[in-house]
Amino acid sequence: MNGSEIAFTLGAPAAGAVLLALYGDRAQASRLNVWVSLMTLVASALLAMRVVSEGSLLAYNDAFFVDSFNVFLVTLTAFVAFTTSIFSRPYMLNEQAHGRITSGRLRLYHCMYQVFVFTMLLVLLTNNMGIMWVALEAATLATVLLVSLYRTPASIEAAWKYFILCSVGIAQALFGTILLYLAAEKVLGGGGNALLWTHLNQVKGDLEPTVLSLAFVFLIVGYGTKAGLAPLHNWLPDAHAEGPTPISAVLSGLLLNIGLYAIVRCKVLVDGALGTPFAGHLMMGFGILSVVMGAFFLSRQKDVKRMFAYSSIEHMGLTTFAFGMGGPVATFAAMLHMTVHSLTKSAIFFAVGHATQKTGTQMMDQIRGLIVTNPTIGWGMMLGTLAILGMPPFGVFASEFLILTTAMREQPWAAPILLVSLAVAFAAMFSRVQAMVFGETTGKRLPHAPALIPVFVHLALVLMLGLWIPPYLADWYRMAAKLIG
Amino acid sequence: MSTLSALPAMPMSVQLINLMASLMLLIAFAMLAQRRIRSLIYLFAWQGAVLAVNCLIVAWYTGHGELYLSAFFTVLLKVIALPLVLHYLIRKLDIQWDVETLINIPTTMLAGIVLVVFAFNLALPISQLAGTITRGTLGIAIAVVLLAFLMMITRRKAVPQVIGFLAMENGLFFAATSATYGMPMVVELGILLDVLMGVLILGIFFFHVREAFDSLDLKHMEKLKESGE
Repeated sequence: MNGSEIAFTLGAPAAGAVLLALYGDRAQASRLNVWVSLMTLVASALLAMRVVSEGSLLAYNDAFFVDSFNVFLVTLTAFVAFTTSIFSRPYMLNEQAHGRITSGRLRLYHCMYQVFVFTMLLVLLTNNMGIMWVALEAATLATVLLVSLYRTPASIEAAWKYFILCSVGIAQALFGTILLYLAAEKVLGGGGNALLWTHLNQVKGDLEPTVLSLAFVFLIVGYGTKAGLAPLHNWLPDAHAEGPTPISAVLSGLLLNIGLYAIVRCKVLVDGALGTPFAGHLMMGFGILSVVMGAFFLSRQKDVKRMFAYSSIEHMGLTTFAFGMGGPVATFAAMLHMTVHSLTKSAIFFAVGHATQKTGTQMMDQIRGLIVTNPTIGWGMMLGTLAILGMPPFGVFASEFLILTTAMREQPWAAPILLVSLAVAFAAMFSRVQAMVFGETTGKRLPHAPALIPVFVHLALVLMLGLWIPPYLADWYRMAAKLIG
Repeated sequence: MSTLSALPAMPMSVQLINLMASLMLLIAFAMLAQRRIRSLIYLFAWQGAVLAVNCLIVAWYTGHGELYLSAFFTVLLKVIALPLVLHYLIRKLDIQWDVETLINIPTTMLAGIVLVVFAFNLALPISQLAGTITRGTLGIAIAVVLLAFLMMITRRKAVPQVIGFLAMENGLFFAATSATYGMPMVVELGILLDVLMGVLILGIFFFHVREAFDSLDLKHMEKLKESGE
């Protein structure tokens, strides 16, 4: 049947959420979580193969749409969700052994994890800009109770901040969507079809430019809050630092990408309607502000998860900047950067998760000598940090190099700002991680052996992307870059 | 009399819709100044009712069948279900008779008036493009959103902040009705579902907040700042 892969990709996490809501507190639930995530990954891989062989896909009365731009994000989301579920198994069992969570909360955790994956995939796969908004808001709601899973005052405060800031932010995006519908209705007529992206994309030249430029301001503010763009990023470090580490990994690695994806989809429409670089300029502005804020706040952090959270803001800023610049090279680089950032940052959070669990603290000055007590965690964190800081030959170097060289040619004013920020981030992060990895320590072993395979699988992929990009992936990126413009 | 007759006669439909819009704005201002949590919930229910009536009027005069359904769901959710949930919550949390000390209500009201003027200016270019009979009320819709936002900023307690958030959603719904006769049905249902889920999740969350802080006062929540760790 046409689009059955889409049904499987969405159905696997949805069915998993129901199953885990019923049995999520059993001893084998975390294993079930891994299996469900694996099925989602298999379904998304089948979907990707189909898109590779047959091109863009519209299914179920145009309700779902897959093209080269979102198919790589679907696969990436399913992949990182799968590896995170592998990492999460021993991690959450250790947390339970330490008495930080009960089995009832574990059930909530497993169920919401799958709901979260489902909503993210729905944002990516839906063709309807209204449903996209609904799914993104649902993703926020699913993670509120996950951020506060430990029920400590700090985690509750973080979850409250996350809920209020993201909901208010995303309410702006709803207003933007209403304005978009107002413009669309004039051209496409009322009813359900007027918000379908593919339909809008065909008539984007006829959409009312004044309304669309106003709509884009609201949309970028709204979805930008989810993507962690400064100055709307305040929720992000708190939510990352106080929630369980697997959630930090998926928030940083996946949710931020999803927010940015929504912005880019809107940008395509607005560019078509306006014929001016207005949307791009706005994105470059938000992007560069995020890079600067991320880098400078990063250097002041004491908590290891907060530090890496600010690094995510910095990288999302860089990606937004690249999308804003536009053109085939910058867009290609932006998509590559999205991919390698997701892989690297989640790998880092896996390593950090085990490190903080071992030492029982997130304060960087109390974590020392990981290389002695557990060489794999230590190396994972060191290599991950080198990768995220853009050292060759990792993939982040390739994407940052492309972004910076394009910026020097097309936006020369921005290049020095970006370079200084990257240098500040490098100096701050490298010295701290070095102390954590190579310092002197006395540590003890964990009751459940950590799952470190995901860390090295991710880093190996990032290394591979730095040295050699598979031709079909490069084709996707190129096709998507042409689409986005 | 002469000046009145010089105005173009407004059809009944527009007059009724304008009446509803002004009621929305009035309720939004009342919420801004309301100190008692119980009364705040009643105001929220009234706002939902006005929203539903407005929906019915627009549906009647324009013949958009979907809007009847919207009105029905609005009554079900915003006039009955959510206020009931909120009343249940404040009874359970024993904050039914809470009175919030709001600083400087007159200043807040003045700020509100400035926001209304701003909202009308913002709405002007959009409402000229909208082809609906309700377009004149778009400015009020934006004003309701902004006033709800102001309310969220000025409140220091958890429940009123959430009511502010819900009022903001009401304003957005009103904006959708006046600019475009409502969003497509599937989107509208999705939004309502999100709102319902949100309130239920927050209901659970309130109990966690109180367990952790012994109160629902948000002034305890100022630990996570940049400098102090």
